[in-house]
Amino acid sequence: MKFWIGVAVAFGAAAATAAFVDFDYFFFAAYTVLMFVMLATAWNILGGYAGYVNFGTPAFFGLGAYTAAVLYKAFALPLGLQIAAAALMSGLLGLVAGLLTLRLRGIFFAIATIALTVIMETLFINWRYAGGATGLQLLRPPPMAPFESYIKMLFVLMVGMALASIALARYVERSWLGRGLRALRDSEEAAESSGVPTLKLKVFACTLSGALMGACGAPMPMYLSFIEPASTFNLNYAVGALASPMIGGTAHWLGPVIGALVLSSLQQLVTVTISNEMNVLVVGVLLVFFVVVAPDGILGLLKRIFSRK
Amino acid sequence: MSGELLFEAVLFGVLLGGFYAAVSMGLSVSFGLLDVPHVAHPAMMVLGAYCTWLLVGFGLDPIVAGVVLMPAFFLLGVALYRFYYEAFERRGSEAAVRGIAFFFGLALIIEVGLMLGFGVDQRMVEAAYIGRSLSFGEIRLPMRTLVVFGAALVLTAGLTLYMSKTFTGRAIKAVAQDEPALRLMGANPVRIKQWAFGIATAVAAVAGAMLIIIGPVEPGMDRVYIGRTFAVVVLAGLGSMTGTVAAGLLLGVTESIVLIHPDLGASWAPAVSFLLLLIVLGARPQGLFGR
Amino acid sequence: MKIRNLLAVGFGLLFSALAAAQQGPIKIGMSMPQTGPLGAGGQAALVALRMWVEDVNAKGGLLGRKVEFIVYDDQTNPALTPAIYTKLLDVDKVDLLIAPYGTVPTAPIMPLVKQRDLLLMGNFSFQVNHTVKHDKWFNNSPWNNAASWSDGFIGAGQKLGAKSIAFLAADQEFAQNLANGARELAQKAGLKTVYNQNYPPTTTDFSAMIRGIRAAKPDMVFVMSYPNDSVAIVRAVNEIGVGDSVKIFGGGMVGLQFTPIMTNLGSSLNGIVNYNSYVPGIKYPGIEEFLQRYAKKAAEAKVDPLGFYLPPFNYAIGQMLEQAINGTKSIDQKKLAEYLHTHELHTIVGPIKYGPDGEWANPRVVQAQFRDVTDKNMDQFRQPGKQVVIYPPQYKTGDVVAPFEKARGK
Repeated sequence: MKFWIGVAVAFGAAAATAAFVDFDYFFFAAYTVLMFVMLATAWNILGGYAGYVNFGTPAFFGLGAYTAAVLYKAFALPLGLQIAAAALMSGLLGLVAGLLTLRLRGIFFAIATIALTVIMETLFINWRYAGGATGLQLLRPPPMAPFESYIKMLFVLMVGMALASIALARYVERSWLGRGLRALRDSEEAAESSGVPTLKLKVFACTLSGALMGACGAPMPMYLSFIEPASTFNLNYAVGALASPMIGGTAHWLGPVIGALVLSSLQQLVTVTISNEMNVLVVGVLLVFFVVVAPDGILGLLKRIFSRK
Repeated sequence: MSGELLFEAVLFGVLLGGFYAAVSMGLSVSFGLLDVPHVAHPAMMVLGAYCTWLLVGFGLDPIVAGVVLMPAFFLLGVALYRFYYEAFERRGSEAAVRGIAFFFGLALIIEVGLMLGFGVDQRMVEAAYIGRSLSFGEIRLPMRTLVVFGAALVLTAGLTLYMSKTFTGRAIKAVAQDEPALRLMGANPVRIKQWAFGIATAVAAVAGAMLIIIGPVEPGMDRVYIGRTFAVVVLAGLGSMTGTVAAGLLLGVTESIVLIHPDLGASWAPAVSFLLLLIVLGARPQGLFGR
Repeated sequence: MKIRNLLAVGFGLLFSALAAAQQGPIKIGMSMPQTGPLGAGGQAALVALRMWVEDVNAKGGLLGRKVEFIVYDDQTNPALTPAIYTKLLDVDKVDLLIAPYGTVPTAPIMPLVKQRDLLLMGNFSFQVNHTVKHDKWFNNSPWNNAASWSDGFIGAGQKLGAKSIAFLAADQEFAQNLANGARELAQKAGLKTVYNQNYPPTTTDFSAMIRGIRAAKPDMVFVMSYPNDSVAIVRAVNEIGVGDSVKIFGGGMVGLQFTPIMTNLGSSLNGIVNYNSYVPGIKYPGIEEFLQRYAKKAAEAKVDPLGFYLPPFNYAIGQMLEQAINGTKSIDQKKLAEYLHTHELHTIVGPIKYGPDGEWANPRVVQAQFRDVTDKNMDQFRQPGKQVVIYPPQYKTGDVVAPFEKARGK
């Protein structure tokens, strides 16, 4: 119950901010941070709960973005339907990729996800209708009522989507699905022999994870009014989605949220202050630091601090 | 597409494939044999390329520079493995996931370090054999690829001999196959693995020298090679040295043929390598020569 | 009476000066790619912009106010630019905007500037306004559309009697835009396309493609490549050769304008006909002096010291703003835009006049052939003669030496 109150409060706060605050920069920056919250949460469903590292976040995210862009260009589809279609496509990709490679060990799945990203990027570079290598410029429609500004609408939308993904991740974590995933993460062989349907669970997690990443990518073409392959399939999405749960903590749904909030906000700050290659260094150092020193992430550190009392 | 063009493409593919094999050799040891998810291996190679560039600035030949770097990189590899072992391998299987993340972070740090130290411009080296080519009738082969192929052959032969003829070499293979047995025989597996990782990193240094001979380098280059090296190692079958050569050649020739194909063309060449990887993973995950 | 008038005028002046001073500096803001694929060019461009800010402030600023320049690094990542530009507008409260270098970082901010009806000075981007159609956009690059870009090269080839053409283009935004325009032009000119290849940006080895081109025996080879690829292509050509049929080679190779690359490639450049925005010998007013000063600053900043490509144009952006502000005596977006639409501006890259779409009304892409270039000599490029201008006619210093293999001295 507490959780749902929290969700309502968060969403209410977001809506209020959109209604009364007139500070565009906040909304642009916050959109990016929230995007990473959603990506990290989605990543963690497979990466944290099941223990399968996915380097291919850009493949799912990018496929979602391009699905939305192409459908918008072809049919002027409204944003809600774009998101649904994107989730479907990326979920399908997750399903197929999962079936193909989740039978193997974790590292093979990880490499396969890199392969996915390259193949996706090549596909879209070669598809002239979607803009090819030159990219596609899109004219935004007017924002839907009651919003007057498009970016405010996107902000509230992303808050909603992030909250929905968190709720989904929490549900998975607490249900038998989560228990099964944890079992196979700790020892796949033991889980198999106890009758846990490991392959089905893994594929499910991969599909869900992919679908959420795709949905997250769908509003991106509208955010930028522009889409092109190199920046859409950028490795930074892979890094952010992976590093945030590692920093925040992978065992609990709150971990990716904290990790993404910390990391992405830090990155936003660095972009407008120190503002250069330091950005990548920050992520790299934080990742290594947390992975080595605090394997349970910020959440783990907090637990240790509070349990000492 | 003429027969002559195809022949040239295959020939060139073989030369390029030798290079890919050499580049993946180190990963074959560190990942194939030791099971370390070393996604930072290409970053080490790029680091080696930049160090080569520095030494060439002092007047050394690039290949010589690569060899000179080997001891330093060996020590670096030993230290790196030691750190990885203490921080991750020791702590059990759950830490394996974090091991991957660790190497990823390391690769990023190396990348940025190079950017900060050398700037974003590309670096290239000069040597007598860079820029000239050997002609056989209508066929002209760039000397730099020939030199690198030669170096790759020497490296592969050397490493294979080492692994099969020397004591430590065989111990490395043994530790990959049956660690408890090795322990029972009194050898310290951790020290052997350390040594192996050191060798793998030293090999990465030479691979870096080859990289900068083949073409200019820039800090972000490791990303392209993560896919290529892992594709070769997986195609080969983990731990097989000869397999790495065969897989490297296969990859090189495939890429080369796709490059000249009128329909597929250059746009699809890198994706084809990854498609190959996915097919192998799906159909025959133990690779061509795997155990 | 006269003294009272004088006093009144004097006080009036004093008060306006005080008022102007109290208004604070004029803030100009932008993001510039300083890392990522466009980072090397962006850093050089930044040196030039900072030079302009210094020069203007040394002269007393604009309208009596100092110019303050705020710049962030967008890492060539278009996902960052909307946030950066809204920060510039809402937090830093800048008065005027300049676009980042390149199309990719610029495209996402077009709707923003249109929505807020702001002036935006474009920076070497390509047709980024043609969907949004903003009336306060002024792009500074010597081309306006793809066709105008390749005119010189294709025309030169035709003059040499070329009947067939090969295209080699990077699978990236700028090169592809160019390639599409060039292919159209070639078709109109009746040239037969015998080879047409797009390569992925990560390609490091072009031997296969050069071989393919040679096998196709074209009369002209039009290359559209980025710095890394341009280097690899030049090397491959030197190693493998494109065959005796080729009369003219080059056209759209980015990177061959950057000093470190030119110096490193040395004599392998000979014979290549390539575009540039400026080569020594072209008499734009103030350009020589600018380049000398730039060389010193660039050396300190560790970027391209010869700076023929982007820096003069970035300095010119500043000059255009300066002229518009001084001409209208205001920083009002509408008035400045009107001024820029209706006046010819005088810059160190020559006179600039804008068409209604915000692009140069008269494109001025220079095509020049590398001749007599020696190895390992950076200073040789400061002298005219190493790049012989073959197009446009008003700056021409020589004719193309063909065929290509002969011009290379091989």
